[in-house]
Amino acid sequence: MSLFSLFQRPRTFEHGIYPVEHKELTADKPIRRLPFAPELAIPLAQHKGAPAVPLVKVGQEVVRGEPIARAEGFVSVPMHAPATGVIRAIALTPTADGPKTQAIFLKVYEAASQEVLYDLERDLDAMTPEEIVAAVQDAGLVGLGGGAFPSHVKMKPPAGKLIETVIVNGCECEPYLTCDHRIMLEQSDALIRGIKLALKATGAKRAIIGVEDNKLDAVAHLRAVIPKGLPITAEAVETKYPQGAEKMLIKSLLRKEVPVGGLPADIGVAVYNVGTLAQMGDLLPKGRGLIERVVTVSGPALANPGNFMVPIGTPLRFLLAQVGLAADRVGEVILGGPMMGMAVASLDVPVTKAVSGVVALEREDPDLERRKVYPCIKCAECLKACPVSLNPSMLGELAIARQYARMAEEFNLNQCFECGCCAYVCPSNIPLTQYFRIAKSINRDQRK
Amino acid sequence: MPKPIEIRTSPHLKRAISVDRIMRNVVFALLPICAFSVFQFGLSALLLLLTTTGVAIATEWFFARTSGRGNTVSDWSVVITGILLALTLPPGFPLWMAAVAAFIGVALGKALFGGLGYNVMNPALVGRAFVQAAFPVAITTWTPAFAPGRFTEVIPSTFTLPFMQPIPVKDWIAGLQLDAWTGATPLALQKFQHIELPVTDVFTGMIAGSAGETSAALILICGLWLASKRMLDWRIPAAVMAGAALTTLPFWLMDASLYPSPWFVLFSGGLMLGAWFMASDMVASPVTTSGVIVYGLFIGSLTVVIRLFGGLVEGIMYAILLANALGPLIMSWTQPRVYGAVGKGRGE
Ligand code: SF4
Ligand code: SF4
Repeated sequence: MSLFSLFQRPRTFEHGIYPVEHKELTADKPIRRLPFAPELAIPLAQHKGAPAVPLVKVGQEVVRGEPIARAEGFVSVPMHAPATGVIRAIALTPTADGPKTQAIFLKVYEAASQEVLYDLERDLDAMTPEEIVAAVQDAGLVGLGGGAFPSHVKMKPPAGKLIETVIVNGCECEPYLTCDHRIMLEQSDALIRGIKLALKATGAKRAIIGVEDNKLDAVAHLRAVIPKGLPITAEAVETKYPQGAEKMLIKSLLRKEVPVGGLPADIGVAVYNVGTLAQMGDLLPKGRGLIERVVTVSGPALANPGNFMVPIGTPLRFLLAQVGLAADRVGEVILGGPMMGMAVASLDVPVTKAVSGVVALEREDPDLERRKVYPCIKCAECLKACPVSLNPSMLGELAIARQYARMAEEFNLNQCFECGCCAYVCPSNIPLTQYFRIAKSINRDQRK
Repeated sequence: MPKPIEIRTSPHLKRAISVDRIMRNVVFALLPICAFSVFQFGLSALLLLLTTTGVAIATEWFFARTSGRGNTVSDWSVVITGILLALTLPPGFPLWMAAVAAFIGVALGKALFGGLGYNVMNPALVGRAFVQAAFPVAITTWTPAFAPGRFTEVIPSTFTLPFMQPIPVKDWIAGLQLDAWTGATPLALQKFQHIELPVTDVFTGMIAGSAGETSAALILICGLWLASKRMLDWRIPAAVMAGAALTTLPFWLMDASLYPSPWFVLFSGGLMLGAWFMASDMVASPVTTSGVIVYGLFIGSLTVVIRLFGGLVEGIMYAILLANALGPLIMSWTQPRVYGAVGKGRGE
């Protein structure tokens, strides 16, 4: 790094917050494998789009890596067996979203091998962009940063739009989470292979890996291993939440904004999470499907937090038992990070493709003074925090007055992506983000 | 699992700063100013502070109770109102009138709107404006600072009986045998006799004036401390001061013998206290980033216009109240530009 770059202001976006990171709990914990849970539950709808359709019957034996459900249409992905075993049932399972959804229950054979037995060698260099897109769908890849949007769909921009830049999201701005950090350090070869595939499939001219500057070791490592002559760069951006949100990272790196109501493709950008591309680089050459993912399991209610390669479908109860859950202290168990993640109602919820972290927070005193809700005191902290420059104070008052339509029409409610910054800073403890979630869903219902 | 797990909605983390903590810190920031006021004006200032704060708290408690809002005294905001009110009154202001001001301020300026967060104007200033209109003589009766014996005896007017005219203080002041006493504050001296006191005196507060407005330096320090804790938006006082200085500048350049200098304007009267602790009142100021600048500049410049050309000696109070009232309008002009909005305006 040159002396000059030391004095440069880090690239960043406007507003945002600086929550305590708690990343030191797991940042230096290498990715470890865990034993299989006795039974896995693989929901058919763990991505955005149409649920997958089962290919297997109850009682059928499957080997690790074998397809067990197929994609239903273009915006959908298939599922693969995360372990060798027998299908016990196709039934309902609880998920983080609450309502039960259809899932394939796989009884894992004792002493099942971690080796993947289902291979289909491919020559990457000979593949056309179309073949790559198809192969990415066959691999069941979705945005592993938490979005769970089918990855191949983003490789096919709407007609007339050209992708010029692939942005590789290695920000990981959520507190506690370090899985992307470890992936950049430990799986850089697969990551670079994945970036090359994404460049080829989208026809983009360059790729930029954006990494928050609390992970400068990852930036240095990537710069060292990116082969000369490739149009791939690694850039540090300011450590600030929500730097990892697509729109924010685009602004930080390119100084461009995604137009209101538009997609990154509108300004020639496609954004992929580092975990997604690392899996892509790992799976595609062998024609394999996504059967496991790296998950940060962390939080103050755990004895041995860490980063783990977790088979899809592993129930939280099993996962947390492996890391020493302090059952008497645990309060919330959150899927994803604590800013945008969902608290689960049951530990029977399985890890799905979208789960980047499992954070176990400690029990909180419900009478805690900091939970007392006051009226809005117009302190303007929420306006200074909102990364899309909304007026959460005004939106909150309209929500209390149930003027949901006005929130959308005059105050851009639909631009809110529920990042939680406003509720995080509000000294009156107003549950702003939750108000906005409710208002949006009421507006959606009314439009129907 | 011995106990069921908890479920809350995201965000699951919360910054630890809450309303009561902010308000408590504002009170802490005001305490040195109160102390200086008592040091300067003695027992009367102390009684004034206790009266307004006590009555303000009692009023808040009463209205919160009767309207079923629970105990709202614990959010500390009413303590700020009480203290600020006392600081803007003349030190010898009759206590019963101060009590009326505190009651009116909290009742009309705050409770009527629905309590903390809903008031349009700063409650302390509402109370101050009421007594300014109701008791025009008492509110402009100034007594000397650093009077001998100020810690053992009160200014006679302090203990005026309710609904009586204030006890005249002329004889009492004469009895103090202060040669330099003219009975006028620096502001009045400048306005009517065009005598500008040395800026160092008004800056440090070695002068007559309202109980807590005299030391610009102290107010500045306390305000900066609060701003450094991010519990006060420094842009508001900065804009007020800029507005005031810029408005005076051309007049002063034109005729320095007639018009006050920009620094005199900044450091005299209630401008400092108003800019740092009243204009910056979160509830009554705009929330938009550019809105606070417009709001601050407006207050600063209107204050000077009133001082120079109005019938009143001091204008900061009315300037802030007017700006408070214009707040919603200012905000509707200054809605932030939304991320990704094409062109100007509100996006979409
Ligand atoms: S939750 Fe919505 S309104 Fe609140 S800060 Fe995030 S985007 Fe802005
Ligand atoms: S942060 Fe909370 S109290 Fe402050 S302006 Fe926003 S909604 Fe109101």
